[in-house]
Amino acid sequence: MSLRRPAKNQPETFEFSSSSMKEANKIVLKYPEGKQQSAVMALLYIAQKQNDNWIPLAAMKYIAKFLKMPYIKVYEVATFYTMYNLSPVGKYFVQVCTTTPCMIRGANKLVEACKEKISNKENELSNDKSCSWMEVECLGACVNAPMMQINDNYYEDLDKEKTIEIFDKILKGEDPKPGSYRGRLNTEPENNRKTLMDVKNA
Amino acid sequence: MPKLKVNDIEVEVEDGLTVLQACEKAGAEIPRFCYHEKLSIAGNCRMCLVEMEKSPKPIASCAMPAAEGMNIKTNTPFVEKARKGVMEFLLANHPLDCPVCDQGGECDLQDQSMFYGVDKSRFKENKRAVPEKHMGPLIKTQMTRCIHCTRCVRFATEVAGVSELGAIGRGEDMQVTTYLEQSMQSELSANVIDLCPVGALTSKPYVFEARPWELKKTETVDVMDAVGSNVRVDTYDWEVKRVLPIINEDINEEWISDKSRYACDGLLYQRLDTPFIKYNGKFEKASWSEVFKIIKSKFENSSKDKVCGFVGDLTNMETGYIFKEFFDRTLNNINYESRSDNRFLDNSERENYIFNSYINGIEDSDLIFLIGANPRYEATILNARIRKAFVNNNTKVISVNDVGDLTYPYKNLDGQTQTIKTIFEGSEEISKEIISATKPMIIIGESLLKLNSSEQLFNLIKNFLKKNNKFTEDWNPLNLLSCDAATVGNFDLGILNNEKNLLEELKSNKFEIVYLVGQDNLEFNKKGEFVIYQGSHGDKGAEIADIILPGSAYTEQDGYFTNLEGKVQKAYKASYPPGEAKEDWQIINELAEVMNNRKLFNDKEELESSMFNYLKLQQEKQITKNKGQKISDFQNEKLDMQIKDYYFSNVIARSSKTMIECNNSKLNIRLTGTEG
Repeated sequence: MSLRRPAKNQPETFEFSSSSMKEANKIVLKYPEGKQQSAVMALLYIAQKQNDNWIPLAAMKYIAKFLKMPYIKVYEVATFYTMYNLSPVGKYFVQVCTTTPCMIRGANKLVEACKEKISNKENELSNDKSCSWMEVECLGACVNAPMMQINDNYYEDLDKEKTIEIFDKILKGEDPKPGSYRGRLNTEPENNRKTLMDVKNA
Repeated sequence: MPKLKVNDIEVEVEDGLTVLQACEKAGAEIPRFCYHEKLSIAGNCRMCLVEMEKSPKPIASCAMPAAEGMNIKTNTPFVEKARKGVMEFLLANHPLDCPVCDQGGECDLQDQSMFYGVDKSRFKENKRAVPEKHMGPLIKTQMTRCIHCTRCVRFATEVAGVSELGAIGRGEDMQVTTYLEQSMQSELSANVIDLCPVGALTSKPYVFEARPWELKKTETVDVMDAVGSNVRVDTYDWEVKRVLPIINEDINEEWISDKSRYACDGLLYQRLDTPFIKYNGKFEKASWSEVFKIIKSKFENSSKDKVCGFVGDLTNMETGYIFKEFFDRTLNNINYESRSDNRFLDNSERENYIFNSYINGIEDSDLIFLIGANPRYEATILNARIRKAFVNNNTKVISVNDVGDLTYPYKNLDGQTQTIKTIFEGSEEISKEIISATKPMIIIGESLLKLNSSEQLFNLIKNFLKKNNKFTEDWNPLNLLSCDAATVGNFDLGILNNEKNLLEELKSNKFEIVYLVGQDNLEFNKKGEFVIYQGSHGDKGAEIADIILPGSAYTEQDGYFTNLEGKVQKAYKASYPPGEAKEDWQIINELAEVMNNRKLFNDKEELESSMFNYLKLQQEKQITKNKGQKISDFQNEKLDMQIKDYYFSNVIARSSKTMIECNNSKLNIRLTGTEG
């Protein structure tokens, strides 16, 4: 990982849409008078959602003005947290978990699939500009390793073939089914359960 | 008051102090990088680790509050091992470029690695490299050397009041930078150079100039504004290489303004180093005896009331005093003046022209009212104090004018003198606020004193404060904000003439001989006057002169200055005058000798003691106020803020290349509009 820099091509302006504004105001209200700056992370997330999953500099400035705080403070927060994207990502934004449990279960195969299907490099848009991918740290679904996240959905129990299938679908613009790809319900064991047999409703 | 043990020495410290402060009290020195007394506590360098009884891990002493019964050890092998570990991490990414680093010789990291550094590194990976950042014309960055102590970030946010510095990214990739690498918009910006414990932020104008051990260090006072910041002047032979702040809690704490620090290269350019005489519009070099002879014959050939003298804004008090003596005793004439504009001054009482609440008093004040003053540009250090008061006590600040960003919020009024009048007639909301405040401060700037109705307003303000019992034994709410180093000293010495308006007479060309001592701010059309200019720099004054007497700058002669609070401080000689130039008092003394065959003073000591006697007498006797001036009727006028260009406010600053660059960098910001 290296320092993430804001994208070269930046939009001139940014403004909250009416729905974002409503959401933002709701969050700002949670904080006592004079402590509104605490809302900065939530507001950055709202801005990211509104702006195709990335935060332009104009949005940071807008939020700084919105919360009456110095630009650099918003900039600091946005560059600190890796889940804020500072440059454009694809419409389908693939995050592959490569932390230990997933890595042991073959996450590198998923990365290979990404390189073959989407783009050779991390954080680069695919040829049709619809997808981009990046490696991320643990997404908290270790039981179903290896896994990846596409936008808001988790795709679990993957291997290279299944990943490629999913990518084929999203590249065609379809939305593949989220969840386990080995037929598991949530995080249940694969062939019936093996523990807590005597507990009825476990 | 918790009691604790440090290395078996019992200490009792005030509530709220930290373990580090307790250790210092017990005489144990704690190494540190991020901790700084004047800044908030960050606790991120971990160098100050100490051992605390019953704690399995070492504690960061700078961030741990001292508590009852603690047993601290600072010199055990455990502590040393912990600090060595920290140092190894700090050095893992720090480049080994001490030989080419400007901080070398005065570097905290260098010094402390002598104690805690390990001679070899276990870090086999590549060292991190960070691109240089742009932080303006004063600060050179070499961010690879940064150890992320964040002192600079905290200084900018807390003291300077410009939240422009920040740490972006995280972990190994963290970088300290300004927002999108714009230059820092603060007049205190260069203090981050002193704060930086390593060589990440160094001085751009001083880059590769000298090593600290080669420099002669002279502790003196600054003359760039009337605050009288305490500074250390570092010289290499004749050249003043740099100016650094020294601690004076009553005046500048630990900071100095960028002008104080960087106008010093103006001492190298545009200097007058030999006497000149103007023949047919051209200056020609001359000798001292020649010029003195000419001056003598000129003085002898004109009537004494056709001679006048003006003292400038950087002149020390000895020079002012001997100049006055020269007029009083040698020329028998009182046509001397230190003001270069028609500002109102009632010198019957000293409190009418000094900053009576003191700079320290700002922190006790509960209401600050600025009238025609812009402390950010007129007295930067004083402005930092107002900001400190705002940050600590939430002090309310009101200004008659909108004077732009002062680094703290203030309420601004419409800038009309009528508003001031109604407020101090007691009928406004603000009048009540002033009355109910226990320690209000009224700060009157020079802009107000230049108005037509300045006398009425000044008296109105003073009477209002008197009437409401705001003058108490330990508080004087009346504050005059002088802009120039010599102003208060000159007033104390009585270098002014309230009987005649010398400026008007000068403008209407009534004089035959005009003697200027460091005075470059006069505006008049020369018509056959014989102008003698004595000063250090070839500026506006020298341009119109017929004879130039090369004098010395503040770093080249011992001299007293009275700061705006009325504190007398001595500036010490750090260097010597260039070429044939002499110390200013000497020139006048010798001129007097040429004229009368008798020196005014035998030596500097006699001059000093005579001057201090005079000052003492002046303070004892009440000068009867001259009622001769006619008071015109009050009329409403706009209170114009007449701020001199901050970076070009005196001859030294005007000759400084660094100040030109500073000014240009501000201009660029204004032009591109990228400031937000």
